[in-house]
Amino acid sequence: MSYAFQAEGLVKRYGDFTALDGVDLAAEAGTVLGVLGPNGAGKTTTVRILATLLRPDAGRAIVGGCDVVAEAGRVRRLIGLTGQFASVDGELTGTENLALIGRLLDLRGNEIRARVKRLLADFDLTEAARRPVKTYSGGMRRRLDLAAGLMGRPAIVFLDEPTTGLDPAKREELWGVVRRLVADGTTVLLTTQYLDEADALADAITVIDHGRVIADGTPAELKRIVGGQSIVVRPADEADLDKCGAVLATVTGRRVDSPKRGVLSVPVGSDGDFTAVVGELDRVRIDVTELALQLPDLDDVFFKLTGHTAAEETEQEAIAA
Amino acid sequence: MSTVTETRPADLPVFAPVARRPFGLARHAAALARRSLIKTMRNPEQLLDVVLQPILFTGLFAFLLGGAVAGGTEAYLQSLVPGLFVMLTLMATMQSGTSFCDDLNSGLFDRFRSMPIGRSAPLIGAAVGDVVRYVLTIVVLLGFSTLIGFRVETDAAHALGAAVLAIGLAFAFSWVFVLFGAVMREPSGVQGLGLVLVMPFTFGSNLLAPTETLPGWLQAWVDVNPASVAMEACRGLLTGGDVTGEVVSTVLWSVGIIAVFAPLAVAAYRRRV
Repeated sequence: MSYAFQAEGLVKRYGDFTALDGVDLAAEAGTVLGVLGPNGAGKTTTVRILATLLRPDAGRAIVGGCDVVAEAGRVRRLIGLTGQFASVDGELTGTENLALIGRLLDLRGNEIRARVKRLLADFDLTEAARRPVKTYSGGMRRRLDLAAGLMGRPAIVFLDEPTTGLDPAKREELWGVVRRLVADGTTVLLTTQYLDEADALADAITVIDHGRVIADGTPAELKRIVGGQSIVVRPADEADLDKCGAVLATVTGRRVDSPKRGVLSVPVGSDGDFTAVVGELDRVRIDVTELALQLPDLDDVFFKLTGHTAAEETEQEAIAA
Repeated sequence: MSTVTETRPADLPVFAPVARRPFGLARHAAALARRSLIKTMRNPEQLLDVVLQPILFTGLFAFLLGGAVAGGTEAYLQSLVPGLFVMLTLMATMQSGTSFCDDLNSGLFDRFRSMPIGRSAPLIGAAVGDVVRYVLTIVVLLGFSTLIGFRVETDAAHALGAAVLAIGLAFAFSWVFVLFGAVMREPSGVQGLGLVLVMPFTFGSNLLAPTETLPGWLQAWVDVNPASVAMEACRGLLTGGDVTGEVVSTVLWSVGIIAVFAPLAVAAYRRRV
């Protein structure tokens, strides 16, 4: 089995604060590894070590067969990095930003022109190409940032929370880009705070919290741990809550969570459950205003894995800080 | 999980690294200098200081002090303007530190650091990109001072030599500020420190008054101050006289300053996370 990148026992400390406390992760060539975790879990620190921007205090990381510390120069020739904060120059135009990256990557003039044109078109930036980047919207800057990371056709791409702050449509677009990259044989590491994003894109997911890996596996395995999807129902009349709960319990054979703000939720037992619930609700004539299949979110994952929610954790950290 | 050592490049045919071409450092630094030049050209207000300072200082010193020091404005200009070649270019170097510090605080430099370019390329780019400021300030200085009565008494080649000498020393000095920019977190802090540092070199010189009129301790400083040496060299190159020693000494100073501060700046940049 050949790993495109692999880290073992990464440790990074800042004074008394331990940002990473022995992180292991690996991605096979041509796959997407999702690194899932709340703010401050150590996702960005991990990416920065893999991208040769930080030296680990302990442990080692191999990217494209090269050690990130001893062979940093070689690693840099294999990777593309898109940081959490758009790292493009606001004074330069879109074209100038990409051309600069191309020149720094030793591409030839005609190669640069072709590549810039192609990437601008791919990321829907052709019209804005001649405008200074400071006039771009947040989403446009993100796209340009990603395009800049792809100028050198890197074999391995690190995307640090690439969709944070993007609206849903742009998020979908970016997912499309990631899928195209992987179809071309690129290996991608993607950090995210959203389980649905990791689920949509990743072949494998590593969940980190407080600088430690608390779970890793395929999305299916992870969902098995956290209980997979739930059916969520909001009866039109709150008086129907009990009756509705009884239907859900009967159909799925699972315990229904106590209603929260008029919404009932029950774990999916088997594939036919959802249609069966729809049919049964219709038969007993309960009108609903909301009826959906829902993936557990990061909070659910964390609650299952650690016994507390990601939000609580962030609060605790804020208090500690 | 298998052990890390199993994975070798040979197992990974998909990884075709970006090809390397020769003279990388020079090309990368040039690309980055060009970036800094584009930024300057898009924000002409950044050039306001180097355009206005020559007019301000030449006018101020010539009319204010000319009569007292040299018995007349025009006579004073012949000694003042060559000194201003050095003073104004040195003052223009402070900006290198603040803009580099600004850059380091931006995410853009994370990208540069993750790319296969020499660690010194962004610094060389920043220092070289600012040379346009020194050139501009000398052009304005020469234009304005000629207007109010300054005359080059040698020839164009010598005058050009004076400009190159002053710009060279300023380029060397700018590495001190690039170092500050790399070490300090706040651009405004770099600016403040820059002013404090530049003053003794520019004013603590033979710029405004003959060295003989100064107290002994100040004479001692003025004599070792590389800016004074460069000013003397510029006087010779612009108004005549043999200043070979001063020219050589200025060049050595410039090379020496770069030799000390450029590696320090690169080291500080490497350490900065």
